[in-house]
Amino acid sequence: MIRLLCLFIAVLAFGAVRFPMEHNLLEDHRALHFQGVDFNLDLREQVGQGAFVAALSGFRSVVADGLFIQAHVAWENTEWGRVLLLFRQATALQPRSVLFWDMAAWHMAWNASAAALNDRTIPRQALRLKAAREYYEIGKDFLERGIRYNPDKPQLYESLARLYQQKYNDHLHASEMFAKAAQLPEAPSYDKRFAAYELSYSEGHEKEAYAELRRLYDMGEREHLPTLLARLRALEEKLGIPAGERIPPGEH
Amino acid sequence: MIASGRRIFTIAGNALTDLTRQRVFYFGLIVAPLLIASSIFMARFSFQQEFQILKDISLGVMSLLTSLLAIAGTARLVPQDIEDRTVYTILAKPVARFEYLLGKLLGVLVLLALSTALLSALFFCILYVREQSILSETARQMSAAPRDQLVAALNGVKASAFNGDLVPAICTIYFKGALLAALTLFISSFATSQLFTIVVMVFVYFIGHLQGVAREYWLHTQGSGWLAQIFLAIVALVFPDLQAFNLIDDAVAGTVIPLALFGKTALLGLFYTTVYSAFAVVSFYGREL
Repeated sequence: MIRLLCLFIAVLAFGAVRFPMEHNLLEDHRALHFQGVDFNLDLREQVGQGAFVAALSGFRSVVADGLFIQAHVAWENTEWGRVLLLFRQATALQPRSVLFWDMAAWHMAWNASAAALNDRTIPRQALRLKAAREYYEIGKDFLERGIRYNPDKPQLYESLARLYQQKYNDHLHASEMFAKAAQLPEAPSYDKRFAAYELSYSEGHEKEAYAELRRLYDMGEREHLPTLLARLRALEEKLGIPAGERIPPGEH
Repeated sequence: MIASGRRIFTIAGNALTDLTRQRVFYFGLIVAPLLIASSIFMARFSFQQEFQILKDISLGVMSLLTSLLAIAGTARLVPQDIEDRTVYTILAKPVARFEYLLGKLLGVLVLLALSTALLSALFFCILYVREQSILSETARQMSAAPRDQLVAALNGVKASAFNGDLVPAICTIYFKGALLAALTLFISSFATSQLFTIVVMVFVYFIGHLQGVAREYWLHTQGSGWLAQIFLAIVALVFPDLQAFNLIDDAVAGTVIPLALFGKTALLGLFYTTVYSAFAVVSFYGREL
């Protein structure tokens, strides 16, 4: 008995020694946005007890995948409410998966909104439009939350930019998002161009857009792409740039 | 008595042979590859989704099997030897108790290393086969596209399939298995039955994974009264924080695992395994045989 008591005290002492190590590791995890899952009662109610315990026992990703597959099936059956619910659960369990946030936003802002616009059971066009706009907002919310968890990944900024561009017709915000994506290390080279293109469509920002497009143009032949040339020419006309400062007319 | 590597290795060899004869090993050997291979039937998804599901399922299976082998395999070693009276024969010879225990633990650690290596090889093979098939499909579909677009698409497939951070994630599965094996050995060094050890370890496994989350939740939402703090402190001090070894979820999501973080996790795993083994030795020395 005394030996067991001594062992218990030793275990406690061991805990006291390792506690700073674990705390240090936990701080590292937090700094890197690891394990940023908020396990709360809402999540417990959403995923059910079995899945919740499995998620807590180190099988979070597997449970999230199961939910993702269910969401995919719900999408095939066009059960939009269920798609939303399942994607909320999947993204809550695996917030570091860019794919989940991106797919959730795409299903909501593009597919569910299109379904709402074509839903003939809603009698008035205004109501259908309102329903579609609500889905855009849900899609936007998915992307914004995804970015909070994955600030280092350009894909979600790009998706949010496309959402602003295609669904809200908001080129200024689309440009800002492409520009943010372009600053990240993993960003593809076209992000900086897309940021400039979108800025060129924003009313009142033509001068900035022209300066940016011209800067890209001056970087060399590699940047002389058809869209860039077309946008530059359009802005040259709009801003009344003197002939001597315009780009050569022969380039396509 | 001076420790003899030869004696420890002999006991480890015997323990390994004994472990490979257990049903749990065969169960794992059949079920785990089947589960990993089944994830290949995800072709209805895009390649990014398919790779993510394949990695999640494979690493989840590896984690489960490693933990299962570590607990079920180790829980049986000492009680079985006592029941068969083999332990008396061994300890009657010039074999120290710590050599006996270290030999047993070494046997389990080798088994865990072998099973992890085997499952990793299978996982990487499946990943490679799928990657090659998607690469050739993509190349065929984009044969008319400009070269830089084709290269970008192929690089996208490659980036989704294999990333180097999967290797440290798999290593942390092994560290967790080693920790669980050492802790199981400690429990079995004073437990009277194999069943007791397994039941205790199942609880430890769940509490170990839950304690970090529970601690955060309690301290932030229930207030932090002194009674709650003492209780949580005892739980945190007694039970290992197994979530610290969970790098799989983030590695699969494509997050880079810094070498420093991996090093700290490995060090923590080694520290746990060493200390629990030392506890097991102390406890086993006090046991009447």
